[in-house]
Amino acid sequence: MRLELKGVTKRFPGVVANDAIDLTVEAGEVHGLLGENGAGKSTLMNILYGLYRADEGQVLIDGQQVHFSDPGDAIAAGIGMVHQHFMLVPVFTVAENILLGKEPIDRFRRFDRRAAHEEVERLAETFGLPVDPSAVVEDLPVGLQQRVEILKALSRDARLLILDEPTAVLTPQEADGLFASIRGFQAAGRSVIFISHKLREHRDIADRITVLRRGRAVGTVDATAAEPQELAQLMVGRPVDLVVDRSPARPSEPVLTVEGLEVLAADGQRLVDSVDLTVHRGEILAIAGVEGNGQTPLVEAITGLLPIGGGRVLLGEEDLTGRSRKEILRSGVGHIPEDRTMHGLVGSFSVADNLVLNLWDDERFAARRTRRFDEVRSHARRVVKDFDVRTPSIATPASSLSGGNQQKVIVAREFDRPIRVLVAAQPTRGVDVGSIEYIHRQLVAKRDAGVGVLLVSSELDEVIALADRVAVMFRGRLIGPFPTPVAKEALGLMMAGVPAEEAMRGLAA
Amino acid sequence: MSTQVVSAGAARRRERRFALFTLLLGAAVPLLFLRGATGGIATFVLNDARGERFLLPDLVIPVDLTLVLLSAAIVAVGVLQLVRPVGRRAPLAVGAAGGLFVVAVLVWATTGASVSLVALLRGALFASVPIAFGAMAGVLSERAGVINIAIEGQFLAGAFTAAVVASVLGSAWFGLLGGIAAGALIGVMLAGLTIRFQADQIVSGVVLIVLATGVTSFLTSQLLASNTAWNSPVRFIAAPLPLLSDLPLIGSIVFRQTFLVYLMIVMVIVLQFALFRTRWGLRLRSVGEHPAAADTVGIDVLRTRYRAVVLGGMLAGIGGSWFTLEAASQFSKEMTGGRGFIALAAMLVGRYSPVGAMSAALLFGFADSLATTLQRLPVPLPSTLLRATPYVITLLVVAGLVGRLRVPAADGKPYVKQ
Ligand SMILES: Nc1ncnc2c1ncn2[C@@H]1O[C@H](COP(=O)(O)OP(=O)(O)OP(=O)(O)O)[C@@H](O)[C@H]1O
Ligand SMILES: [Mg+2]
Repeated sequence: MRLELKGVTKRFPGVVANDAIDLTVEAGEVHGLLGENGAGKSTLMNILYGLYRADEGQVLIDGQQVHFSDPGDAIAAGIGMVHQHFMLVPVFTVAENILLGKEPIDRFRRFDRRAAHEEVERLAETFGLPVDPSAVVEDLPVGLQQRVEILKALSRDARLLILDEPTAVLTPQEADGLFASIRGFQAAGRSVIFISHKLREHRDIADRITVLRRGRAVGTVDATAAEPQELAQLMVGRPVDLVVDRSPARPSEPVLTVEGLEVLAADGQRLVDSVDLTVHRGEILAIAGVEGNGQTPLVEAITGLLPIGGGRVLLGEEDLTGRSRKEILRSGVGHIPEDRTMHGLVGSFSVADNLVLNLWDDERFAARRTRRFDEVRSHARRVVKDFDVRTPSIATPASSLSGGNQQKVIVAREFDRPIRVLVAAQPTRGVDVGSIEYIHRQLVAKRDAGVGVLLVSSELDEVIALADRVAVMFRGRLIGPFPTPVAKEALGLMMAGVPAEEAMRGLAA
Repeated sequence: MSTQVVSAGAARRRERRFALFTLLLGAAVPLLFLRGATGGIATFVLNDARGERFLLPDLVIPVDLTLVLLSAAIVAVGVLQLVRPVGRRAPLAVGAAGGLFVVAVLVWATTGASVSLVALLRGALFASVPIAFGAMAGVLSERAGVINIAIEGQFLAGAFTAAVVASVLGSAWFGLLGGIAAGALIGVMLAGLTIRFQADQIVSGVVLIVLATGVTSFLTSQLLASNTAWNSPVRFIAAPLPLLSDLPLIGSIVFRQTFLVYLMIVMVIVLQFALFRTRWGLRLRSVGEHPAAADTVGIDVLRTRYRAVVLGGMLAGIGGSWFTLEAASQFSKEMTGGRGFIALAAMLVGRYSPVGAMSAALLFGFADSLATTLQRLPVPLPSTLLRATPYVITLLVVAGLVGRLRVPAADGKPYVKQ
């Protein structure tokens, strides 16, 4: 199908999210959409999918103007969408989720489980995306959930598929698998709109790329001709350094020590299995690994969100084991949580309040338990400016910020208070190149200022760009750490469970 | 992922607390109830008063020996909990101990007297009717994401309307229809407030309870008091089912009941099936768990919620009709006595499933019926205390079980489109 958007405009209170956007997607084309956080990509796609109503503008399919008043209309017109935030019912099975809204029923109007499973298996086979139809979605790792989302969109016989940051939570291997499916889809004459913050992915998969900046379409380029530098500049409006410069680390004494740490699941399974590690002042220790190998519970146990099943956590000489979350944060541990909506922000609170969420009763912001709103506001104004958070105002609720800007609020909050150790989990997930550059620089600056940084990331490029030492987490155990540089391929092998020696040797040979 | 992480210590401590409680219960039995006077016996009648095809002999048991055995059994449960942790099933163990304790109370109270077990259990089933219907109303609407605490109001409106219609038209069937319509009307109001205007769901519920209480009380004193012909409903009479009612024990307890009891059993099964097996149920639950997801696959979230709330109102209306078409002979002010709230508790304890809700309703019905039975026995307990039993049990059960509940994820959250 050939899709045309003409002059689409959408306003939210205080922002023009889409400002007279024109966009054309040809039949059989993979069209990349690139733009900073808050540029309006998701908004535009939600309009196309009938979730939001445009204030102005037209949508044309094969030359015919269409009006979608809800997603049902868009689906009927052959549009499928994989949303940036999963649209899956966690307590339902894979089959129930994929077929919701078009369920097979038997003659008793019963949900026909067998037919549903057959249908899902057929789809999985057709598109080369294997899933277990009877698995409950909340038990699946995010990568598999993503696959379910994609199958759900494909099962509706989409002729145009919108993928809103589908790779943000995928491992490189999973992303390659996704690209193979996209190519298959394209070969059948269907179109794809692909959104990602990773320039490399756009160059791999897109035919043309449209760049949005602050709600406007600022240009459409041929993907093969586009240089990463040029794209980044078009997107941000200024030159961007895509590689972090950093001097060699000068680590000094240990600041965070973890000894024999264990975290147990309710069923007794060891999510974190006797992990030992030491972070020194002035170094970045990175933990790579495929998600779901225990990084999340490790980080949450260190920062006091999960009870520790065994072992110790020391900050300098001070034993933090069993301390409350508040004590841990106040004693100088900064935490950038991986799930920003769950642990990082209170969505209904203003940006200003979120910026002092863990400092609200600090004497700077409260006098004898009464809050000093002027201080909170002036602090927010300064931080929003320093960290370039794109928000209509500091009173805007955090939930209406774009994903990347929500992340910046958290980063800003943790970077702006005195800390000795920073635990950063997936700090640049879903963040645009301009902000990645910024966050990376800030991480290095913190390191150089003598903070010990523990970086957990499933993004290998990020690990390689920042780590002074690197370890891999696999099935709850820590492999390493090794001094950098370590070859990317060796890390990849270790992440897949190949023993360290073999992984390194395999490369040497 | 939802992997639940616990500190092993906390779970262990909780279990130890449970075990301690059980042991205390076990010790309480001989301390409180053993009278030392040997030779006391209790008689339990297992037959209906009305002629039956198969007669069972009365159950005559020695009180002291039975109490000792019951106490030993409770202590055994407690010891078992201490030495071999039962984990997730700890509440079940405590429940079993509590059940044995109740039996002990009954045996003790019956010393030297006779109690009809048939009447006790039949009464329990009968008393559970409004609670089960109310709880089903709650399940339907909360599974779709709307909190319905207005059940008490729906009961009152249903009971009042059923009484008036059944009096005026001289038919219990029309009375029932009237009750259903009244429940549905409150359902429509709740849906309108919470879905259309996105008013706070708890506040809306409270407002509707106050409204229903006020209106029915007002009409009762202004209209019905001077007009008794409008408040003498034709009621459903006991309708023994052929053949089934001849079964020993079960027949007398379950199959010599009134229409609404049978309807309750059928509705529970139908609703359980509909919610968890049909397409309709899948869509309804998706709306209560993740409305945005339902919306993106073309399910009309608001309409689904509307229908669920109104349908729930109809069920609660049936529960309300029970008060005036089966339980009492006329409508009186505030006659529902907070059972709408007990229904909410039953919904929670039953974990938002119709079958679970009915099991919990049976528990509350039993408490009700037991209180009635004990009042007739020469027990040295004040009758006000006895009448409070159902509420005390509600408190205990809710406190013990509700913590580990899985609430529909979007329950109570309005769905807003941009
Ligand atoms: N529901 C909403 N209410 C108010 N403002 C909103 C809403 N959704 C988005 N916005 C605003 O519209 C702008 C565009 O947001 P959008 O989510 O489309 O950005 P995006 O390009 O997808 O960013 P990201 O890469 O971070 O996902 C942002 O300024 C955001 O704050
Ligand atoms: Mg977005």
